[in-house]
Amino acid sequence: MEHTPGTSEIRLMKGNEALAEAAIRAGLQAYFGYPITPQSEVLEYLAVHMPKRGGVVLQAESELAAINMVFGAAGAGARVMTSSSGPGISLMQEGISYMASAELPCLIVNVQRGGPGLGTIQPSQGDYFQATKGGGHGDYHMIVLAPSSVQEMADFVFESFRLADKYLTPVMILSDGALGQMMEKVALPPEGSLPFIEKPWATTGKKPGQKRRIITSLFMQPEEMEEVNLRLQTKYRLIEKQEVRYEALETDDAEIVLVAFGLAARICEKALTLAREKGFKVGLLRPISLYPFPSKVFASLATNAEMFLVVEMNAGQMVEDVKLAVEGKRPVHFKGRMGGMIPSPEEILSEIETVIENEQVNT
Amino acid sequence: MIRGKVVIAQDICKGCELCITSCPQESLGLSDKINIKGYRFVELVKDNCTGCVNCALVCPDAAITVYRQRKEVFKANQNMKKAV
Amino acid sequence: MKLPPITNGFEIVYKKPDTLTDTPMHYCPGCGHGVVHRVLMEVVDEMKIQDKTIGVAPVGCSVFAYNYMNVDMQEAAHGRATAVATGIKRVLPDRFVFTYQGDGDLAAIGTGETVHTVNRGENILIVFINNGVYGMTGGQMAPTTLLGMKTTTSPYGREAASAGFPLKITNLITQLPGALYVTRQAVHEPNAVRRLKKAVRLAFEYQLLKKGTCFIEVVSNCPSGWKMTPQESNKWMEENMFPMYPLGDLKVPSQTMN
Ligand SMILES: Cc1ncc(C[n+]2csc(CCOP(=O)(O)OP(=O)(O)O)c2C)c(N)n1
Ligand code: SF4
Ligand code: SF4
Ligand code: SF4
Ligand SMILES: [Mg+2]
Repeated sequence: MEHTPGTSEIRLMKGNEALAEAAIRAGLQAYFGYPITPQSEVLEYLAVHMPKRGGVVLQAESELAAINMVFGAAGAGARVMTSSSGPGISLMQEGISYMASAELPCLIVNVQRGGPGLGTIQPSQGDYFQATKGGGHGDYHMIVLAPSSVQEMADFVFESFRLADKYLTPVMILSDGALGQMMEKVALPPEGSLPFIEKPWATTGKKPGQKRRIITSLFMQPEEMEEVNLRLQTKYRLIEKQEVRYEALETDDAEIVLVAFGLAARICEKALTLAREKGFKVGLLRPISLYPFPSKVFASLATNAEMFLVVEMNAGQMVEDVKLAVEGKRPVHFKGRMGGMIPSPEEILSEIETVIENEQVNT
Repeated sequence: MIRGKVVIAQDICKGCELCITSCPQESLGLSDKINIKGYRFVELVKDNCTGCVNCALVCPDAAITVYRQRKEVFKANQNMKKAV
Repeated sequence: MKLPPITNGFEIVYKKPDTLTDTPMHYCPGCGHGVVHRVLMEVVDEMKIQDKTIGVAPVGCSVFAYNYMNVDMQEAAHGRATAVATGIKRVLPDRFVFTYQGDGDLAAIGTGETVHTVNRGENILIVFINNGVYGMTGGQMAPTTLLGMKTTTSPYGREAASAGFPLKITNLITQLPGALYVTRQAVHEPNAVRRLKKAVRLAFEYQLLKKGTCFIEVVSNCPSGWKMTPQESNKWMEENMFPMYPLGDLKVPSQTMN
């Protein structure tokens, strides 16, 4: 396909590859990663294309090393990312906590697989808690974006780097093995369309007459450490105010609102169509930013809808945030599949029928 | 002998005595006084320092500055002595 | 510090390098860390590379190394200094990058990073302070602790049967093709300090060659952890540590490059 520079380009690509290509176009300067299914295509794609396009790509000896290489490169001012899945993301938690505290921007991609333990390479959403609640030690958050298409795998890379630079924080794209592996058409934004910003805090070598720069998360005096925490919390409140993203489908007249993110939301969309065909007034709310969680929208939904059905590919994680947001005003039901199993639209439809029936019996 | 002298930052010194051990002239000793950190600090106790720098090299706290007579001055002095 | 004026034909022949800050160091009296900091900064001063040098501080007693060395610096999680340094050097290849790490940091929790960083031949300098214990956390056993040596976690002396042998990690990484210059030095007496400084100077200069990793082990003391006076600790080090960790070059570039 002929491509004119400066415009977006349509390609048929795997999710992982679209994400990797988007990262290059978003000005990625360094990638550090370690192979793990189902995300290895990110590293493989970058290994082919980064050297030709003038960036660093390095297969680290472990995810521990990878995230700390990301730390070093981010601290030196580079636009930098890593990607992994399940066990690898677990190994990165210490480093992510350090980066959150030292306020270093970076992108971490988690192409989720089923756990716990070594688990399975099949898609899952079992890392929601780990991603949205901190994951490592101490009080911190990452911004977490959940794509539900190959297009979003690409788009959210740009968005993540922009947010990481703006708020000086690690940002996570929480995807899964199915989105990573599936092929779809994707419009790729032009290269160089994401500007670089000044990083006056980066360690690039002390300029004569200027103060030198130190990147650290160590503050031994509790008063000082509390100050750091307060600064982080202020930042998180700002993020919660400004960066909430969600998509609402047919929620205006919905009596039952499905709540799902990522792959589960795609399946819920199909279930929604099936349910509407059967005459059920079903809507779908898809949180896109999992942190900050779109809590506020639930308040308004709860005035019209009669109940919520949260669908996740885990044992029930986001459902806790939904319950908090709904504040007991409406019943919140849950349907989950675990260990790499993907619920079918029909399965969700029958769950919709069941909860409606039960609610009618109960009232 | 070429003449030297050392200046010790008394409030930085931790009294570890490593400089004392490494001084070939035995010019250094611990003071009877203590500094703001509570350490007995080191001072010149003899006027025979040659400015060899040994003490400063081993000082973990970079507390020692070493001075030495310029070679020209030393030589001029020697010549003067000879003349007298 | 204000120095007295130079009088009577005297000149300054030694003073604290400008690249060392005026912050008093928190180390115990007689601890080798301070000397090594100073020597590193003397070389940075002499080579006039303060604006091009980036250091990485470890987790260990020297966790605050960045308070004393007046160059841009980053912290690293315990053991990960060489990974952080890799990240820095890869995106800023024309800078001088060094890590400063203890034996627990480099040879226990960070062994994987150490071996692979050298194996990749990252063009950085790794400074490794081998004091045979975990100083910061209160003198526990380190991988480098000598057999029979008592620490708070080897209260009856280190026994090979349960705790393994003292790890000569420097010898280990010497075997790697990525290692350009490997040397073992000390700071217990003036000539040792002079030799260390030469080694540091070489290691910084070698970074320009982009031919591999420079690795300087400094066999050092921990008077507090060893429960000795500084003098006793240096004597004990000479008698016990040096036989296990003999000083000198293990690999020099001529060997590597032809
Ligand atoms: C992941 C992790 N584990 C443990 C610690 C606690 N810790 C801090 S320093 C240290 C040992 C440092 O010893 P060494 O590297 O030999 O440095 P020294 O203090 O002797 O200079 C340990 C175990 C930590 N900070 N992080
Ligand atoms: S400079 Fe040499 S002679 Fe003078 S005090 Fe120091 S070690 Fe002793
Ligand atoms: S070596 Fe330095 S700190 Fe130690 S006693 Fe001498 S001057 Fe003081
Ligand atoms: S505990 Fe040991 S290594 Fe740490 S500062 Fe004291 S003497 Fe030095
Ligand atoms: Mg140690």
